Amino acid sequence: MSIIYFLIGCSVILALIFLGAFFWAQRNGQHDDLYTPSIRILLDDEPKDEEEK
Amino acid sequence: MKDNNIKAEVRCYHCGNDCEDEHIELDEKVFCCAGCREVYSILSQSGLCNYYGYNQHPGSTRDKPDTRFDYLKEPSIIRDLVDYADDKFTIVTFYIPAIHCSSCIWLLEHLNKLNPAIYYSRVDFLRKQVNIRFDNKATSLHGVVELLDHIGYEPLISLQDVVKKQAKGSKDNLVKKIAVAGFCFGNVMLLSFPEYLGISGYEQSFKVFFGWLNLAFCLPIVLYCGTDYFRSAWTNLKNKVLNIDLPLALGIAVLFVRTAVEVITHTGSGFADTCCGLVFFLLVGKFVQRKTYYHLSFERDYRSFFPVAVQVIEKEGGERSVPLSEIQVGQRILIRNNEIIPADAILLKGEGKVDFSFVTGESVPVNKILGEIVYAGGRQTGEAVELEVVKPVSQSYLTRLWNNEAFTRTQENRMKTFSEKVSKYFTIVLLAIAFGSLFFWLPFSYHRALSAFTAVLIIACPCALALSTPFTMSAALSILDKNFFYLKNTAVVEQLAKIDTIVLDKTGTITITGGNSITVHGEISSYEKDLVYSACTNSAHPLSRLICQYWNNQHKINTTGYFELPGRGITAEIDGHVVNVGSEKFIKGSSLPNTSPDSTEVHIRINDHYIGYLSIQQHYRDGIGIVKNLNASYKIFLLSGDHGHEREALSAIFNRDFMFFERSPQEKLDFIKKLQSRGRKVMMIGDGLNDAGALKQSDLGIAITDNVNNFSPGSDAILDGRSLKRLPTFFQFARDATRVVYGSFIISLTYNIIGLSYAVTGKLSPLIAAILMPLSTVTIISFTSIATRVAAKKRHLL
Repeated sequence: MSIIYFLIGCSVILALIFLGAFFWAQRNGQHDDLYTPSIRILLDDEPKDEEEK
Repeated sequence: MKDNNIKAEVRCYHCGNDCEDEHIELDEKVFCCAGCREVYSILSQSGLCNYYGYNQHPGSTRDKPDTRFDYLKEPSIIRDLVDYADDKFTIVTFYIPAIHCSSCIWLLEHLNKLNPAIYYSRVDFLRKQVNIRFDNKATSLHGVVELLDHIGYEPLISLQDVVKKQAKGSKDNLVKKIAVAGFCFGNVMLLSFPEYLGISGYEQSFKVFFGWLNLAFCLPIVLYCGTDYFRSAWTNLKNKVLNIDLPLALGIAVLFVRTAVEVITHTGSGFADTCCGLVFFLLVGKFVQRKTYYHLSFERDYRSFFPVAVQVIEKEGGERSVPLSEIQVGQRILIRNNEIIPADAILLKGEGKVDFSFVTGESVPVNKILGEIVYAGGRQTGEAVELEVVKPVSQSYLTRLWNNEAFTRTQENRMKTFSEKVSKYFTIVLLAIAFGSLFFWLPFSYHRALSAFTAVLIIACPCALALSTPFTMSAALSILDKNFFYLKNTAVVEQLAKIDTIVLDKTGTITITGGNSITVHGEISSYEKDLVYSACTNSAHPLSRLICQYWNNQHKINTTGYFELPGRGITAEIDGHVVNVGSEKFIKGSSLPNTSPDSTEVHIRINDHYIGYLSIQQHYRDGIGIVKNLNASYKIFLLSGDHGHEREALSAIFNRDFMFFERSPQEKLDFIKKLQSRGRKVMMIGDGLNDAGALKQSDLGIAITDNVNNFSPGSDAILDGRSLKRLPTFFQFARDATRVVYGSFIISLTYNIIGLSYAVTGKLSPLIAAILMPLSTVTIISFTSIATRVAAKKRHLL
């Protein structure tokens, strides 16, 4: 059963990595604007060549 | 009217304005004005017609005077506005009130197609901001702003860029703290489960291991996430105030210390999960309470009302834009139509017709003659004028008024919230019970006494109590937000419920500037219009002024005789005709009782020949009738800076004794103070700078505005003019919300009493604490949010 020590260690380290990722995203400004991207994804890109249209 | 309804509606392709009467066509599309057409042609030339594909009529009307951006060429102004600049490119953020739909986002993010020098543009929709990076060799800030203006997205540039500052200022660690608390809480829950389910004898080593891990996870909770509670409790204790933070801080501390002791001495598993859960839920409550309006500011002052720069006429001739702060006494400034006079100045050239409605509340523009002093804050209407500055901006009348002690005073007379009042007694009772059980058990067992003491503090930790107000009020806030009533913070809801006196400003608050409509009844020829117009130009009566404004392109004919009967009408002799304009009684000799109180009729007779009448709809805000309904339960005052010529019309709405006219800003403030000293809870509703002091002094200051992006004085709440009629509903809803808070207090106290009955015996198992705390929290959160929504539904606010 001592494998539990190892498993818990792994899970805590994994959770810490996720926490770190969240901190990084926060500092990077990824949570500053939570609304606009939801609209932006619905806007189409222009067709690259006008004639192809 | 019926015919019009059958016809297909003609709407401007760009802005969607109704343009049946006059319109311009291009590419088989209809436009209401040249401005809209121009935007369309710019976009169609650049292949950006997708703009019109995402939404119908996405534009905003361009039928308004041009703004000049010459000042953006001044290096000192550019330096203040840009976020970053080097010798290659510049980054700047603009606040653009017109942003309102996905088309806006699409267009503003394709600026590059209109001007290749713009590398990058990114819209933040909620903040209504666009971040632009451009090549400063190929284009200039001025060029970018002009481009934005050309396509209908004029940025709002002001001295005090509050919205931008707000976005920067709100950065603190709350989100990070919640993340850490959530992380610890989750892990501790995982590690605590085996303990609850029972660990068999030969796995005891795990128990010790889990205990130490739990203790380790508690450390960041106490040392990082919970520090605010300790700090706040300590400062409150120093100031001899008992608030809810003290039992919370005690709870966190006791939970941690007892966990540490139990883990280190191997006597138990401690309360690590309760400790982490408590802090986590508290922080979430704090987060919910903090409502941010990205596009609003409650702290605006005169600086955001003034322009950024003003045109100065050089001695050698020529004009130059100068930032306001650099304006010096003696400089000659040029003020165009619709521009604001930024400093006290003497009129040198041109016809001054200055609209002071925002500063003093006077609804009629004031005529200024050459050599007269014009105070800052007025808006010139009509032709461009030249003025000589006599006082720098910082010492002008308006600025001094604003910096007046009474206006800048901090508010300490605000009402205490319910939870503040209750938590004081709660804390006293809690400490009494804790020490009571300590001393009760002390003679029997030293260990049991301590255990009971800590158990009481743990179980009675008012987590649910602390959460009930934030969750209820933030739910109420977002419901009011949907109804165009924006409150500064959650405490305002409770204040709203307690109000018993309402003071209203007149100009701009219950009347709308330029919002009146005139209908002509009867046939009037153009020549007769000339006659009436000429007669009315002689009169200073507001109705005459309205008629002059309405027929403003008529020819003025010289008046040979003129006589005005105050309150009845005017008689004038023009071009050999006798023109009578006035009330029905004045013209016809008798009058029928007025059937519609919200419109006034002006009758016309020329040479004994009755022509017809003009019916003038009072330019009152929609829903001002609510004042009448509120009269029963509230004392309502009208406090105006304007002259009393509308007293008669307004007496239909207000109690005659409760109307006051020609009040200066200081008098308004004193009036509120006087009401408060009589124990009244006063709400002030105003719109202009002249109300700013009164808004601050009142228990609840509401700024009313037609466009929330426009300037509004500092206040506790901003009300969109459209929702004025809902004010009584808002009052009822605020009272409902406070009732929900009372209900949730009772629920959480019940939980506390149940818990305490275990705790005082000194035999609190960690399992009970671990169940009770989240259970009470979840109950409170669901009760408050459901009850608030039910109340809103009942009041038809949802």
